[in-house]
Amino acid sequence: MTGRTLTRRLTEGLVPAVPYLWLGVLFLVPFLIVLKISLSDPAVAQPPYRPVFEWGDIAGFFGGLDLENFELLTQDDLYLTATLSSVRIAAVSTLLLLLVGFPVAYGMARAPERYRSLLVALVILPFWTSFLIRIYAWVAILKPEGFLTQALMGLGLISEPIEILNTETAVYIGIVYAYLPFMVLPLYATLEKMDDTLLEAALDLGSPPWRSFWTITVPLAMPGIVAGSLLCFIPAVGEFVIPDLLGGSETLMIGRQLWSEFFSNRDWPLASSVAILLLIVLVVPIVIYRDVEARRVETRP
Amino acid sequence: MGAVRRAFAPWSDPDAKPLIRFENVTKRFGEAMAVDHLSLDIFEGEFFCLLGPSGCGKTTLMRMLAGFETPSEGAITLGNQSLAGVPPYRRPVNMMFQSYALFPHMSVEKNIAFGLKQDGMPKDQIAERVGEMLRLVQLEKLARRYPSQLSGGQRQRVALARALAKKPKVLLLDEPLGALDKKLREETQFELMDIQHDLHMTFVVVTHDQEEAMTMADRIAVMDHGRIVQVATPGEIYEQPKTRFIAEFVGDVNILEGHVQGQENGLWRVKTPTAEVPLTIDDPDEVLHSGQAVAIAVRPEKMVIQRDPPGPDATNVLTGEVWDIGYLGDWTVYRVKLATGEILRVTRANASRFVENPIDWDEQVYVTFAPGAAVILAE
Repeated sequence: MTGRTLTRRLTEGLVPAVPYLWLGVLFLVPFLIVLKISLSDPAVAQPPYRPVFEWGDIAGFFGGLDLENFELLTQDDLYLTATLSSVRIAAVSTLLLLLVGFPVAYGMARAPERYRSLLVALVILPFWTSFLIRIYAWVAILKPEGFLTQALMGLGLISEPIEILNTETAVYIGIVYAYLPFMVLPLYATLEKMDDTLLEAALDLGSPPWRSFWTITVPLAMPGIVAGSLLCFIPAVGEFVIPDLLGGSETLMIGRQLWSEFFSNRDWPLASSVAILLLIVLVVPIVIYRDVEARRVETRP
Repeated sequence: MGAVRRAFAPWSDPDAKPLIRFENVTKRFGEAMAVDHLSLDIFEGEFFCLLGPSGCGKTTLMRMLAGFETPSEGAITLGNQSLAGVPPYRRPVNMMFQSYALFPHMSVEKNIAFGLKQDGMPKDQIAERVGEMLRLVQLEKLARRYPSQLSGGQRQRVALARALAKKPKVLLLDEPLGALDKKLREETQFELMDIQHDLHMTFVVVTHDQEEAMTMADRIAVMDHGRIVQVATPGEIYEQPKTRFIAEFVGDVNILEGHVQGQENGLWRVKTPTAEVPLTIDDPDEVLHSGQAVAIAVRPEKMVIQRDPPGPDATNVLTGEVWDIGYLGDWTVYRVKLATGEILRVTRANASRFVENPIDWDEQVYVTFAPGAAVILAE
């Protein structure tokens, strides 16, 4: 009897703890390690930074930490430029994703019910191929002698190869292509739940369809729009593979900067501080969103 | 015949022009015929009910009037204007939806103002009209609430206010009281009638609830299989049903099947297996011939149940035994089993509080009805 209640109490206590345990071990602890490295100094050693934690010299360890790397980040405007450039590219990409994703999701939600699960499967289908291979495929499409140029020249639309690869345009194409499912699926989820009689009611009350789209459909799809935009914007800011393969040396993004600090310069402390900076850039919009959402729920239970 | 509701009967005036006219309207969905060559006139100021079982085409008929469906054949006119090709947002018709279809992201006042905004009405006028509508449905205090914060009855009122706000020529109500509980439904029926009367508006209501239709309507169109079976006042529908379907769909009825024997002194004599003597029925409008199979319809409250044998002059005497007794407070329902196995439903008003030696279960009883109480329905 007591044994059973004890097991039950243990499981009841443990089950809610699982997500916290997961976050603690796999997110918080690594974050603290990165934070610690960002406060250290680079060193030609193994590991390539000082101080290294030792039980015997805790005072010396904490004395060795400083904000030098963050000062460097503010002094060299490369990092600020790269961050702003990343945010800009991610923001434009998110907007493009909304423009492409909304009609796709709307079409799916309006499709006959028996086709809908098939359409969802088709949206997810690209994930079955490696992400890296799909981005490399775009290199083949976009390069000067690639499929796109050949097709356009074959159609007689252009006479000279067009320069897309190694430009920001190629990065946008890559991001929109790779992230589209993350935009379409949350949008589809909200649009599919929408009650069609609301649109009929709007029509009945004198609102033409195009106006009802803005006054009824878009506001009701807002949770999906926000979720999709966050799902795309956040990873796009830190994106490394797409700008590296498609963007050429011109495209400045913070993810690439981080990579080169780590692997080319072997400056772990500076790279860690860039990582911390990136995290702050991403956490701020999420906090704002949560705050807005909380207030919205408060006024409208 | 039947209760006269008020001195309002434009349908019986040959010079009156209908506001809404359905001319030979058909609507097909693929193979299925939802509305079948239907013609109907509705007059200005009428409280008109489309009544019928689900799938009878009443909702399709209403949706064609709102503009959500286009007739496959035929024409609909509203005030002399053809509605063909006119989109829903340009029709002077508003609808109250069965699900209410309130916009969840707008407050009560924004919902009501929505239609007015579409017309580009100035802001101060919108505020004034919204206030007027809120007063009409008694929701002034809830103007800033959202639909999710309202009860079912309150939502129904918002939906009504929103549909009325534009002062449409015709208000369409799709099962307007379907989602309310019984008590609220009854109150709201009378409120709807008052509002319709005060605003001098034309209401077209779709319902499957015959009681609702009977209470509210000036006229009822009973529909079945995409056709109109009878259009008449509630009194006529109840007392003079044209077909067995209507008699059985509207109110309770006892049906006795038989064959016409002939006519005597203007009264029909009908032989039925349920009584030895042919029944005498006063239904002079029917044109029948001898030997024709007919159904006699008698409403339960028009039958009299008694223990003592009726006098020798009594007409239409049936005998049976009490099978069931249901006490409803205002009425008592007796189910009487005849020798042929048929069960009659007879009701008696409980006029006094105490009855000495009341009719009991399994008793042998006589059920009688007057010649004028019955209607003959040609099979």
